[in-house]
Amino acid sequence: MSGVSRSKSPMGALVVLAILAVGVIAPFFLSRYQIGLATQILIFGMLAMSIDILVGFTGRTSLGHGAIFGASTYVVLYCVTQSGLSPYLAVLLGIATATVLAAIFALLAVRTNGVYFLLLTLALGMIVWGICLRWTQVTGGENGLRGDIRPKALSDYKDFYWFILALAALVTFGIRRFVQSPFGLTLRGIRDSDSRMRSLGYNVPLHLFIGFTMSGFFAGVAGAFYAFFNNFVSPSTVALTQSVESLLMAIIGGVGTLYGSFIGASALIALQNLVSSHTERWQSVLGITFTLIMIFAPEGIVGKFRALREKYANKH
Amino acid sequence: MAEVALTLSGVAVAFGALRAVDGVDLSIPAGQRRAIIGPNGAGKTTLFNAITGVVPPTEGRVVFEGHDITNLPPHKRAALGIARTFQITNLFPSLSVEENMVLALRGLSPQKFSLFGSPDLSTADQDRISRALRLAGLADRSATVVTEMAYGDQRQLEIALALVATPRMLLLDEPAAGLSPSERSIVADVIRGLPQELTVILIEHDMDLALGLVDYVTCLHEGRLLVEALPADIRTDARVQEVYLGKPHHA
Repeated sequence: MSGVSRSKSPMGALVVLAILAVGVIAPFFLSRYQIGLATQILIFGMLAMSIDILVGFTGRTSLGHGAIFGASTYVVLYCVTQSGLSPYLAVLLGIATATVLAAIFALLAVRTNGVYFLLLTLALGMIVWGICLRWTQVTGGENGLRGDIRPKALSDYKDFYWFILALAALVTFGIRRFVQSPFGLTLRGIRDSDSRMRSLGYNVPLHLFIGFTMSGFFAGVAGAFYAFFNNFVSPSTVALTQSVESLLMAIIGGVGTLYGSFIGASALIALQNLVSSHTERWQSVLGITFTLIMIFAPEGIVGKFRALREKYANKH
Repeated sequence: MAEVALTLSGVAVAFGALRAVDGVDLSIPAGQRRAIIGPNGAGKTTLFNAITGVVPPTEGRVVFEGHDITNLPPHKRAALGIARTFQITNLFPSLSVEENMVLALRGLSPQKFSLFGSPDLSTADQDRISRALRLAGLADRSATVVTEMAYGDQRQLEIALALVATPRMLLLDEPAAGLSPSERSIVADVIRGLPQELTVILIEHDMDLALGLVDYVTCLHEGRLLVEALPADIRTDARVQEVYLGKPHHA
């Protein structure tokens, strides 16, 4: 659970640039379906990373982020299909809604921790899900909202992929900067000992409030562009499954690693799509896979990789 | 008489029917080194918690440098200049010594709200951190992660954390708890080296250590104030001997 390494090694920067370069040229080698999957991975990777701010860097596990993400998606689809707003304005409104919703969640949850924080965010997410399901005039109930809302400039699936890739790079940079900032360090301090933080003069609930709200902002960014990707939203987007899956992505990749979120998202989405084309029992296969990961690499894929590298470096 | 740093009047902390601290009056002049001693369960740590705000007093008043802090939360007391260490080591285990110190340094600075600012330290901050680490006997350890430190070093870091923000009053809760005799003498040297103008309140189980470090001693027993005396007189005080050292064996 150590923080993101602060070493500015040229090696690390090279690896990031290389991965980014592969991401940029990938569409020339992939089918339309695969590019769609890659776009989806990037969007959910951003969502998982927003959760990692809380799980990995603040020591608070949220099960309400699916609702925050999905609320943004709902607002974007509603604004464009029902109110006829420009999709760009709708994105801003979607992100703003997610941020305000996260602030409300935060106000209620910051004074708790451990399992109470988990249950409170879960309950708040369930309320959002209930509203989306029942407020039929606005949300379309179980049918959800549908409409081709993606702006003309991004209508080509490859252009849209590159746009999301650039966005994901920007969001990753932003979150990385956030968790390494002086404020980000206070979140890691709270993760390690909130009683010590209090005695040093920190208003712990205020810091948790800001951290949760920022995390919700990033989840809202992912949710808003998910509306462009999917052109459809239904209660399942704000459901508990969404929160759990994105939390799983962060955990599989490795909490506290940030980049692990994209690895976790790749693993989960690739497995879902690969396995489900071979067997109807794909959910059992997924369950077994994740159990094995939790037993043999509880620190996640990136976490395991870092631990092995450190072990290797110490031997030589 | 010197200016008074801390005044407790009739402070009581009750947990249900148990009165862990029961009507304590205490006045500590600025710059004094005061030990609070007493057998297990005398209410020493609870009294500390009442002074630092972890457990607010159920009765009485706590006044620090003219401010009534009876009902202030811990972080606001810290802002007035009250720092403490913990009896059970309470550090940021997964962070480096330097990161621990940075958190301690920025607790009262608006820089803690820099959401996207650079993590790099200013030279002034770096100097303050290395000075506090030197005072606590931990120079050159800034890159070490706390979980990799020996227990004795962790106790010294406890003190360094409380010092770096230059508090006006420092509360040390059994700083030598669990240390070997040689480590104890290091911690004693650290305490002796603290700035003269700093008011220090020390809880310590080890009488020899405590009495060698302080100007004045308060002995608690069953939540009440038993004796206040000079270190030289406390050993010979019959009441202290009875509750703390046990009945003397006559030769």
